[in-house]
Amino acid sequence: MSIAPADLPAPKEVGGDDVVTAMTLGETKTGRVKKRLTSRTATIASLIIAVLWTIPTFGLFISSFRPAELIRETGWWTVFSNWGWTLDNYNEVLFSASQSSPQLGSYIVNSIAISILGVLIPLVFASMAAYAFAWIKFKWSNALFIFIFALQIVPIQVALVPLLQFFSTFLRPSMEWLHDVIPIIPTQNYVPLWIAHTMFGLPLAIFLLHNFIADIPADVIEAARVDGATHGQIFFRIVLPLAVPAIASFAIFQFLWVWNDLLVALIFSGGTQDAAPLTQRLAEMVGSRGQDWQRLTAGAFVSLVIPLIVFFSLQRYFVRGLLAGSTKG
Amino acid sequence: MTTNDLLGKILLLFIGLAVFAAVVGLLIFFIDKAPKRGRDYWQLAGFLLPALILIAIGLVYPAIRTFILSFQTNDGAFTFDNFVWAFTQPAAIRTLINTLVWVLLVPTLATAIGLAYAVFIDRSRGEKYYKSLLFMPMAISFVGAGIIWRFVYEYRSPGRDQIGLLNAIVVAFGGEPVQWLQSDPINTILLIVVMIWIQTGFAMVVLSAAIKGIPTEQLEAAELDGTSAWQRFTNVTLPGIRPSLVVVLTTISIATLKVFDIVRTMTGGNFNTSVVANEMYTQAFRASEVGRGSALAIILLIFVLPIVVYNVRVLRRQREIR
Repeated sequence: MSIAPADLPAPKEVGGDDVVTAMTLGETKTGRVKKRLTSRTATIASLIIAVLWTIPTFGLFISSFRPAELIRETGWWTVFSNWGWTLDNYNEVLFSASQSSPQLGSYIVNSIAISILGVLIPLVFASMAAYAFAWIKFKWSNALFIFIFALQIVPIQVALVPLLQFFSTFLRPSMEWLHDVIPIIPTQNYVPLWIAHTMFGLPLAIFLLHNFIADIPADVIEAARVDGATHGQIFFRIVLPLAVPAIASFAIFQFLWVWNDLLVALIFSGGTQDAAPLTQRLAEMVGSRGQDWQRLTAGAFVSLVIPLIVFFSLQRYFVRGLLAGSTKG
Repeated sequence: MTTNDLLGKILLLFIGLAVFAAVVGLLIFFIDKAPKRGRDYWQLAGFLLPALILIAIGLVYPAIRTFILSFQTNDGAFTFDNFVWAFTQPAAIRTLINTLVWVLLVPTLATAIGLAYAVFIDRSRGEKYYKSLLFMPMAISFVGAGIIWRFVYEYRSPGRDQIGLLNAIVVAFGGEPVQWLQSDPINTILLIVVMIWIQTGFAMVVLSAAIKGIPTEQLEAAELDGTSAWQRFTNVTLPGIRPSLVVVLTTISIATLKVFDIVRTMTGGNFNTSVVANEMYTQAFRASEVGRGSALAIILLIFVLPIVVYNVRVLRRQREIR
């Protein structure tokens, strides 16, 4: 996800209920009648869109709890006439140890491990860089910032081939050394994925965090400086705590991006249980067992659950980040 | 997965965290204890260099290298063949045309539907829930979305019960079931539907916020002048949200140009559905045609370039105001 600048009035809160009530109260009677009339077709249209948008996911969800034969022979919408529910699909994709089953358990571990550092590293380095761009004056600051912003939009496809070559020359030996020292750590591990996700996430992170950090009142920073605080102290004691909302919104962006990524994983993970994330395993299952709907539906849902939970519980921050990126510049 | 595997993974994660913490700790120590002479520069370097080095290695150097690779044969000799191939081979041309169709349809339709929805639900009861429904696909991976929609497009031979929703509807209206994902050119359109499904939520959220930013006085004044709802929309709302519209259109265009996962999961690029991003992967990492893959990546970059230039100009103007 890349974000572009634009200038428009930033709303205080998305879907703010206070605004809504204030407006309905202020409307005249005729105005309200008019509103109802026009909004009936609008309501129907929006209901149709909402249903259209939800049904595919809903169908997948229902199907993932149906026995394999029923999925194969009947549509999920006939679930009432073809009654039958089971947890076997989930049991099989998650816990079955047989060679032919998806064994998603280890891929979940991989996805989680990749996401933790794949979010943390760019977050820390980007907030430091954003602080430098916002509060340390230096030559070329503006030009450099704009250059980084532009990189955010450049497709990562242009970076893949050389980066893979670079990793196999410089990173591979240290990974092998680590494997020799601690044999239970596989040679093909998360390190290239962490680094790749960091590199690709940095431009957006710097851009988003800079917008926020630059908006901290100059008085606050100046006061600290007069009191003799170093840049390090200002950064940790003042800037980071104040930037928490921006950090949260970028963390969600980056988490969704890393968790849902397929391209970076395909190229840098090696594709085995050792390091490949859920998405890669699912894509592989579609390729090799595209008709095993009992596994695909359950597997897909397993991969959706965590991002959906993160998304719905932190939606406010996510939306704020989206708007901060596209409203302030 | 054995216990040992799991232990190894957890151990690696902790080593990674520890190393990272040590690096950051050292960096901060270094920043605060920098030598007096040229202190500002040391501090600046401490804050900026980690990110800059990573960006240089991960994006700048590779982009330059890819550019060079795109003009080389597999043996390293200079050639234009990769680009000639991309613009002359029927399969490659088809890929370019598909990408064009994607980038024409996805941004316009996703934005149009998102805008209509944002206007319809504006100030309605339960607006938040309406928004969540449309927004949800944004949290779903393209791979997950690919599986969800493959299930919708699933085909069963005529006479059997259809388990794919789309074919079930076709059959219910007396039609013959279709192997959607294998019938060119409808399959490309059906893949595009998936992307629209994902991107509409983004368009809706940004545009909805922009609509709320329009001063109510303007709308009320227009209403007093006796304008119809449609006139108010085209004369007040649309001009008011123009900047956001541009942002949404360009952001979705870029995302669409880069689309890879959907095509990869749903058709693998077969049946004439490939797009530039997917073909780039296939050529460079499956067929070992690094030159051709690089050429396609550069073509992708050229497609995106006008949008980058435009956005940079907007950003520069804003930074001058600041």
